[in-house]
Amino acid sequence: MSSDDGRPRLAVVGAGPAGLAAALAAAGQGVRVMVIDSAEAPGGQFYRQPAAGLGARRPQALHHQWRTWRRLREGLDRHIAAGLVTHRPDHHVWCVEQRPEGPLSSLGSRRFTVHALRGPAQEDPVEVRADAVLLATGGYEKVLPFPGWTLPGVVTAGGAQAMLKGGLVVSGRTAVVAGTGPLLLPVATGLAAAGVTVAALVESADPKALVRRAGALAGRADKLAEGAGYAVELLRRRVRTLVRHTVVEAHGTDRLEAVTVAELDAGGRVRPGSERRIRCDTLAVGHGMLPHTDLAEALGCRVEPDGTRVWVDDEQRTDVPGAWAAGEITGIGGAALSLAEGHIAGRSAGARLQGREPVPDEWAAAAKSRGELREFLGVLDTVYVPPAHWVDQVTDDTVVCRCEEVTAGAVRVAVAELGAGDVRTVKLLTRAGMGWCQGRMCGPAVAGIAGCAEAVSRRPFARPVPLGVLARAGETAGKPGKPRENEDADDIP
Amino acid sequence: MNPLELADAAPGPAFAVTLDGRELAALPGQTVGAALWAAGVTSWRTTRGESRPRGIFCGIGVCFDCLVTVNDRPNQRACLVPLRPGDAIRTQEGTGHEL
Ligand SMILES: Cc1cc2nc3c(=O)[nH]c(=O)nc-3n(C[C@H](O)[C@H](O)[C@H](O)COP(=O)(O)OP(=O)(O)OC[C@H]3O[C@@H](n4cnc5c(N)ncnc54)[C@H](O)[C@@H]3O)c2cc1C
Ligand code: FES
Repeated sequence: MSSDDGRPRLAVVGAGPAGLAAALAAAGQGVRVMVIDSAEAPGGQFYRQPAAGLGARRPQALHHQWRTWRRLREGLDRHIAAGLVTHRPDHHVWCVEQRPEGPLSSLGSRRFTVHALRGPAQEDPVEVRADAVLLATGGYEKVLPFPGWTLPGVVTAGGAQAMLKGGLVVSGRTAVVAGTGPLLLPVATGLAAAGVTVAALVESADPKALVRRAGALAGRADKLAEGAGYAVELLRRRVRTLVRHTVVEAHGTDRLEAVTVAELDAGGRVRPGSERRIRCDTLAVGHGMLPHTDLAEALGCRVEPDGTRVWVDDEQRTDVPGAWAAGEITGIGGAALSLAEGHIAGRSAGARLQGREPVPDEWAAAAKSRGELREFLGVLDTVYVPPAHWVDQVTDDTVVCRCEEVTAGAVRVAVAELGAGDVRTVKLLTRAGMGWCQGRMCGPAVAGIAGCAEAVSRRPFARPVPLGVLARAGETAGKPGKPRENEDADDIP
Repeated sequence: MNPLELADAAPGPAFAVTLDGRELAALPGQTVGAALWAAGVTSWRTTRGESRPRGIFCGIGVCFDCLVTVNDRPNQRACLVPLRPGDAIRTQEGTGHEL
């Protein structure tokens, strides 16, 4: 594809609230942007849309903040029509690298190559070159193990929501929604609206603690009202909410039939004798979110040691020149924060790509919102934490690493008998975290059960990559001085 | 109210796919996982070690629990792969390679 009319180019990875807000802000300044996303349609997790073939005439029934989505979608369409933005759906990015050779970008830094695999089978390689990159890859859900959590019918809370929003399907008739965190509320109300009987919403934290911190929350009355809105909806749909409760076991042989829930005492321990069984065929469970930091890490961006966020400055720049980051990869915070950060990142990148020093006054409103939301979320983070003694509930025969079927008992033996003192050694001794998902699902659980600190796991690639693709990518990128034209090179138009 | 009614969906005509040879109806746009859930199926793989059943877990392509064989290609993520008319879905045992 021909490219050179001299206008600078930005590759945005991720078409969720952060990536879209960033793309619109940068394109609004005349910068050409390519938005690369693994999903079939833009929207990310929050604004995941039903598949086009399903012909949904009322998708907003599954959503909140629909007007904001309309604005994003219309802005995207406008810029696409004007030729400033291209959207590449179904592109799974496995690596972003800074090119060792070639001319410098208009920022004076090395240009970037974004490596992606096209299509649902993720085998067809594509390379995109850009002057700057903006990573907005969002996050995925954290689930801590408990006996029975691998039974079919047990799904992540966000997964239940994604299947509902994207495929208009649910996995059963009676659900329990459990774990901790604000995501449980939209999941419970969404399932109830879709005709599922939500037998209970089981939250291990005590949201009353939020009220005690009301001072810190006063700045975001809108967020408190949002929470209250869900509470009213739950009441209206007769969903029983059990706070300071936790699921201690999921029952069934080949699929989920019931869960046992129990009350937690003030110290976060299960209160003996408080157990009760609830029949259900679906358990939607989550204990918070983790960011997708792989691409940023491989690019060399600074990531906090516990792996919870990519470091950014006030303009949302990472410490790699030419690379910005926004949304949940810079700290979990929900769609509103992702929008504010995306807007700031796009403004900053847009100005700098055109050789202008950005004027922060131009994004004062977004910066104010970002500051307030981060403060608000700082408070939420202290309230919505998993039960302090969750590890006590994980019996030795509970599978912890779902891929390699490593049990909690094996992890404990690695620590107590084989002397493993860190997550890496546990992994080498047990194979926990060495399977298909590369430890994304079991990382926090293995650390918790082993009693070790969580560590950033270095994954060379964000997606499994076919060997043939790797070999060829190495030919173009790995050997400076021997550049090779790649016939799949797909420059920003 | 079911999810299709909630979103006031008017999908294109349903088409046939097979699960281990048995015919199932799928709607245009549905992934393998969505069509199987709609048909009441929640597991379609057994694990390598303990032969335990698995299906959708994360729903967004991260966990690889939902692996399935589609048109003889093993290890496809059911939560990501959209269905086309006539697709042959096969439940998968172990690595999916030892058929
Ligand atoms: C499964 C799930 C469901 C959720 N549902 C809700 C909900 O209903 N309500 C709510 O308030 N919050 C929900 N959340 C929380 C959600 O993370 C935030 O609300 C919000 O979507 C974050 O915006 P973002 O732009 O930072 O990231 P996201 O919205 O996550 O967008 C990131 C985008 O990047 C893409 N991407 C990631 N990695 C790559 C890659 N390597 N290559 C190409 N593309 C990539 C993803 O496919 C996605 O489209 C959910 C989270 C998850 C994980
Ligand atoms: S359900 Fe996790 S990858 Fe498909």
